[in-house]
Amino acid sequence: MKRVKSLLISWEALLAILLLISIVIGSVVSPYFLSGFNFNALTSNIMEIAIMALPMTLIIIAGEIDLSVASTLGLASVVLGLLWESGHSMWLAIGVALLVGLVAGSLNGLLVTKLALPSLVITIGTLALYRGLAYVVLGDQAVSDFPTSFTNLGFGSIPGTEIPWSGLIFAILVVIFVVVLHFSRLGRQLYAMGNNKEAARFSGINVGRVKLMLFMLSGVIAALAGVIFTARFSSARPDNALGFELYVVTVVLLGGVNIFGGRGSLLGVVLAIFIVAILQNVLSLVNISGDIQSLAIGLLLILSVLGPNIAQRIQVIITRRRLAAGSSKQV
Amino acid sequence: MTNPPEPIVELRGIAKHFGGVQALRGVDFSLFPGEVHALVGENGAGKSTLVKILAGIYRPDAGVVKVGGEVVELRSPTQAQALGIAVVQQEPMLFPDLDVAENVFMGRHPRDRFGRVDWKRMYREVDQLLASLDVSLSSHTPVQGLSVAEQQLVEIAKALSLQARVLVLDEPTAALSVHEVEELFDIVKQLCERGVAVLFVSHRLEEVFKIADRLTVLRDGTHIITAPVSEMHTEEIIKHMVGRELSNLFPKGEAEIGEVVLEVRHLTRPGVFADVSFQLRRGEILGFAGLVGAGRTEVARVLFGIDRAESGETWLKGKKVRIRSPQHAMDYGIAYVPEDRHQHGLVMNFSIAANVTLAILQQVSRLGLLDPRREQKIAGEYSSQLRIRSAGVEQLVNALSGGNQQKVVLSKWLATNPAVLILDEPTRGIDVGAKAEVHRIISDLAARGLAIILISSELPEVLAMADRVIVLHEGRVTGTFARSEATQERVMFAATGQDR
Amino acid sequence: MTTTSQEVERTKQRGQVSLARLFRLVNRVRELGLLIVLLLIILIVGIQAPRFLSIDNFEQILLSVAILAIVAVGETLVVLTRNVDLSVGSMVGITAFVTAYFFKQLPNINLLLGILLGCALGLVLGMVNGLIVSLGRVPAIVATLGTLYVYRGLVFIIAANTTSQVNASDVPAGYLALATTQIFGIPALILIAAVIAVIVGYFLHASHTGRQLYAVGSNPEAANMIGIRRDWLVFAAFAASGLLCGLAGVLWGARFATVDATAATGLELQVIAAVVVGGVNIFGGSGTILGVLLGAIVLGTLQNGLNILNISQFWLQAMYGAAIIVAVVLDAFITRWLQRTILSRRKKA
Repeated sequence: MKRVKSLLISWEALLAILLLISIVIGSVVSPYFLSGFNFNALTSNIMEIAIMALPMTLIIIAGEIDLSVASTLGLASVVLGLLWESGHSMWLAIGVALLVGLVAGSLNGLLVTKLALPSLVITIGTLALYRGLAYVVLGDQAVSDFPTSFTNLGFGSIPGTEIPWSGLIFAILVVIFVVVLHFSRLGRQLYAMGNNKEAARFSGINVGRVKLMLFMLSGVIAALAGVIFTARFSSARPDNALGFELYVVTVVLLGGVNIFGGRGSLLGVVLAIFIVAILQNVLSLVNISGDIQSLAIGLLLILSVLGPNIAQRIQVIITRRRLAAGSSKQV
Repeated sequence: MTNPPEPIVELRGIAKHFGGVQALRGVDFSLFPGEVHALVGENGAGKSTLVKILAGIYRPDAGVVKVGGEVVELRSPTQAQALGIAVVQQEPMLFPDLDVAENVFMGRHPRDRFGRVDWKRMYREVDQLLASLDVSLSSHTPVQGLSVAEQQLVEIAKALSLQARVLVLDEPTAALSVHEVEELFDIVKQLCERGVAVLFVSHRLEEVFKIADRLTVLRDGTHIITAPVSEMHTEEIIKHMVGRELSNLFPKGEAEIGEVVLEVRHLTRPGVFADVSFQLRRGEILGFAGLVGAGRTEVARVLFGIDRAESGETWLKGKKVRIRSPQHAMDYGIAYVPEDRHQHGLVMNFSIAANVTLAILQQVSRLGLLDPRREQKIAGEYSSQLRIRSAGVEQLVNALSGGNQQKVVLSKWLATNPAVLILDEPTRGIDVGAKAEVHRIISDLAARGLAIILISSELPEVLAMADRVIVLHEGRVTGTFARSEATQERVMFAATGQDR
Repeated sequence: MTTTSQEVERTKQRGQVSLARLFRLVNRVRELGLLIVLLLIILIVGIQAPRFLSIDNFEQILLSVAILAIVAVGETLVVLTRNVDLSVGSMVGITAFVTAYFFKQLPNINLLLGILLGCALGLVLGMVNGLIVSLGRVPAIVATLGTLYVYRGLVFIIAANTTSQVNASDVPAGYLALATTQIFGIPALILIAAVIAVIVGYFLHASHTGRQLYAVGSNPEAANMIGIRRDWLVFAAFAASGLLCGLAGVLWGARFATVDATAATGLELQVIAAVVVGGVNIFGGSGTILGVLLGAIVLGTLQNGLNILNISQFWLQAMYGAAIIVAVVLDAFITRWLQRTILSRRKKA
């Protein structure tokens, strides 16, 4: 166990090194890489994924998964667009969009907790359902005339800096989530549930209620990401963020969170977010298309689990050889 | 008989170590066809290691294994099976989605002349097998619909169809009712008549006396003695197992018994237990005796809010309450130390401190944030109070011995400052030394005014510790005894549902 | 034995047999249920739009699900072992594109060679999945989520370096004919799907290896103990899934004629829907090909019905999602009811 722990600590160290390497590669590959403008583009691009990765981390540590986040994002975006188009105030539109996210998350949560259904299958179902509803709401239309005050949220930056507004939102959320996961009572409960659901229950932890809240949180945050996404592209479309759930899961797993629950940290996830952001950015700078970027991400996902597995196997083999050599010495 | 029979399995000088622990040291052991051989010893004595070596799961570091007179190297479970050794583990390893017949024949389905699975023949052969064992099971039944006892029977049928010469039963009676144990023993006798050697690993000496021909005692990985059962007495066997006298195993102090803290009236959960009523007083240890499946744990679960009773009342300190969840129960001062510490009691990947504080997170946090120093302080206090042997409170509990793990679970619940403490098989799977310590702790707790319910399937434990004993049989209270009246026979009678 | 215990034994036996019958009934209930749902849909839609009830239309439905069914059969093999293959859409897409392109570049090549190429490509991709899962010990969700994107990315790279799109006019008629020929009046596509379903269904029922797949999914540790080569079987299941995706890709190219790098995107959703609706347990160990076929047909009929009733196609994806959820919820209720029945019967015995 200590070995795994130390492996994990060194996993974050590994990620930090990887981050540095990717920055170096970036600056070598393109003269534009280290510019403020590029930093802004790189960051804004990943913010929706980054924001959704935060509750996803908590959900996976607690032993579940939510594959419907991108679809919730799309649905929220579409609702936002529809309300705006039909003349309602932006604040109302945003509010309702967030509410839609809450409801979407609650459905997931209720099915998983009250009916004890496996979250993998349920969220694959809601992934389709919510995306489908987005299509039903807006068809193949798009809403695109949004006020600049709104679109600035997605693509403007804090005056005087190159940090996008969404980056600020992300930073605030990171602080909150880190405090919750690593320093609060709730965080301890999450790790307990992810490791041993029954023992957690027997300790008085209301596992069902906590998981329901997690899914609701995931839904609201996905809707928030939807608001930001809509602002950034100044467009509300049913296929917004299509396929993003993969990126969110990749970033969390790459960050060292165990898919089976109970293990992982937000530090790793934040590092992974930036590694993926830089990877995407560098690939765009050398004109590699989005679909091929996905290839790189997919590869990264597989390697993030394969790598440690192989490393552990090698460690076991080395230890075994050492023991064998040692015992022969004793005799 | 002119020649002495040849042993079917012979182990000589078997040694096995794990990391720094020597699990078996130079053990000699033989099994003869047609005998029932009991293997006894406390936890950690090496019984399960021996069984796993026979099963081909572990390989001995030293020593010789002979099966059927020939030296073999048991390299895998499949190989052991091929040599005729069948092992029935405590938890049967079956395929729940498949039916009995397929479970018996998985991997060796009978084939017809085209090489296809011959379903008809398979069902027929399994039905015949089951009938020959006098077992009323249908080969078509899906295994997930079977009770533990029935699943064990399927494993035995599997062993027979493999033409097993040796059948190893690892603690087979732990989850069986009296009737089921009888059925099992009937089958064992039948198998012996057929010449199968049966190795019966058990903690329960009464059963050993009933079924075994010879017994072997292991202690600390060493072979202590092998002798015909007829030549041995219980105290002698225990002495060999433990290496010291029986008397100081159950130190029970005197506690002042006060007012009624918990009262249960006509508690009923249909299909599980009915009309359970009792009172529990401050400072009292109330023993819940009965066989596995009698409903004791189920009553505890209702008291702790995990399950809900359909009718009946629970009164705490004179007030009627409805306990809806474990948190609710804890608020009322009820604590429950569960039967299975791995599944329900501990988070194995957490440290001692994290486990000890898991039920009192609110107390070790300020404004929702955990205070690690307070955690460590509390964990340290309990650690020294209960004498938990560890490398510090930050050590992960999966590195601790069974006895120390149980103490961590106890600490966790003591930290909630309960008024009522329900202990469900608190000394299961713990070696005798730790057992005595746990008993001492329980005694002290009672002396300090805790009201304790002690659920235990070990009669000697219940009789020695309890001030009063309640016996459950198939969900009903069949006997209530004061300490002075309770004897093994009386309790056993009530536990098996027989009239007094 | 006394008379009372003999009676107890007899009641027990009767209880056993009826319990067995109960279970078998429940397993069949899934397939029966699907048939009933199918009939209901046909009824409801048929009343409102009689042209739904034509043989031509039924043929259309079967044609539309034929390729899906082939992929779903492969997916079933994987799910039975307690794994999942999310990369099927990408595998079908890449083999469709590569095969179509192959025929475009070598129009005079033997048809069989092209088909074999597609299948071989699918097989290789499936084997990669299998290696990552069984040898690399990467959980199947993670592994195939990754290969979903790696394989899709590969198609895009290939398309970027060859041609962005293969059109009907680019490929030999013989290839396109695969999708349109009829044998004894039944479209070849439907026959191929049916034959594959029958072969795999039979394999699962009548062969050693097929039964071992169920064992691996039902209790992986127990399977190991018996000496079942679990890793090899899981690898083989993924390889088979890949092979079938390859075949499906070949047929896809023939049927849809215009193939680009986005071919079969999102197919995995429909496949999982068909598998889940068809009664295959997502945790492995149980499920039948017949159920999966019915699941695919029910979903295809629903889609066709929506079309005929002029309900916007935008409801389609939502429908798939709802179908998955409903199927899983129903399964949970049935399992719980079963468990309660068993417990109450046992208490009586």
